[in-house]
Amino acid sequence: MKTEEIHQTLTARLGDAIGALHAETIDPWIEVQATAIVDVTRVCKEDPALRFDFLSSLCGVDAGDSIFVVYHLYSYALRHSTVLKVKVPKDTPVTRSVTGVWRGADWFEREAYDLFGVRFEGHPDLRRILLPDDWEGHPLRKEYVFPSHYGGIDNTRDYNI
Amino acid sequence: MLFDFANVLVFLLLAVGFAAAIMLAGHFIRPRIVENDKDIAYECGEKPVGDARVQFNFRFYLVAIVFVIFDVEVAFMFPVAAVFRSWVEQGRGALALAEVLIFVAILFVGLIYVWSKGDLRWNAGRMKGET
Amino acid sequence: MSLYNELPATFVTTNVDKLMNWGRASSLWYLLFGLACCGIELMQTGGPRADLDRFGSVPRATPRQSDLMIVAGTVTLKMASRVKLLYDQMPHPKYVISMGSCANCGGLFDKGYSVLRGVDKVIPVDLYVPGCPPRPEALTEGILEIQDKIHRERYLIRNS
Repeated sequence: MKTEEIHQTLTARLGDAIGALHAETIDPWIEVQATAIVDVTRVCKEDPALRFDFLSSLCGVDAGDSIFVVYHLYSYALRHSTVLKVKVPKDTPVTRSVTGVWRGADWFEREAYDLFGVRFEGHPDLRRILLPDDWEGHPLRKEYVFPSHYGGIDNTRDYNI
Repeated sequence: MLFDFANVLVFLLLAVGFAAAIMLAGHFIRPRIVENDKDIAYECGEKPVGDARVQFNFRFYLVAIVFVIFDVEVAFMFPVAAVFRSWVEQGRGALALAEVLIFVAILFVGLIYVWSKGDLRWNAGRMKGET
Repeated sequence: MSLYNELPATFVTTNVDKLMNWGRASSLWYLLFGLACCGIELMQTGGPRADLDRFGSVPRATPRQSDLMIVAGTVTLKMASRVKLLYDQMPHPKYVISMGSCANCGGLFDKGYSVLRGVDKVIPVDLYVPGCPPRPEALTEGILEIQDKIHRERYLIRNS
């Protein structure tokens, strides 16, 4: 199924939780409201015409004053894929967790929390996964300043000696 | 007869003395530098957490006890085997064999008891309180 | 009551020093510390073609039995405290080889937020082997340089 058809199927079932279809990119994506993402993904997984049984990837994108949470879905049963995006404001980046739909979303969401600061409500164990637990800041945000020391170690090096 | 044991004594003194001399030499030669955190328990670079003394499962104890008993039984049979030929030549081979077989039979009864009570089962299923 | 670096230089002590240094240099057991791509080259240096075992160097998995630590690969800030603790847990006399650009100075990843710019920020390094990754021959030359350094050291004789 092409993404237009997927968009039509989803809009027919879910109405205004589904936003616009952006088809001008290489991977056409469907915008979804943050509060409705769990219902949308559950429909994606269980609808017999869609059957998206595999969450390929869940990642974050920093877009200035908002953060997009990008879901790449793939169906092994029907061999089609699609992209969903959820836009959250950067000062309160909160959305719902889809670990109830796909268990594999667990560590993806921990990574998005670690690197962007996006909080996922309903996540069983939301804590940092890559960086040390006492790290300050979320590195993949555009305004992040790299630290010059950590844990008592001075990490500056003068290369122009 | 006591002189025969002089060999053993010399051997013993040499062995112990050699090990002691090596350790004494090491005691003087090795550097003794005390530094931060050098002698804490090794846990792949992390600081160790918790106590190292854990409670062992009692099935190890059961297997060890049974092993010790039968190992001692085998150890008692070695002298019998060593002098068995001379007893046979004296015509008393049957007596020696009967004694050894009675010894083995008594311990065999113990083995049957342990086996039938299920004490030799490794995976004994969940008992109350066992994780 | 250790005689390490305590005695004056006499005929006996200089020759005992030479003997001790020969023994130490010819059996440099290294701590298996491959962190990244340089770890593959470290394994190959211990492999059959460029054999490290012919110099008496065998890999050990624990710092308690090793006297050489070859830091092979990028050290992140999360790993830095563990590197320090492992170095502390090695018994004296101990040596450190920093292998590859990442361990020398942060290397290719020095602009990263989580990369430690050189392992000499946490432990003292005796020898730097440049390369990305260094060839097994380069690391072998590094081990031979450390052996030369050990031969030049004083063991029982005091450092004046």
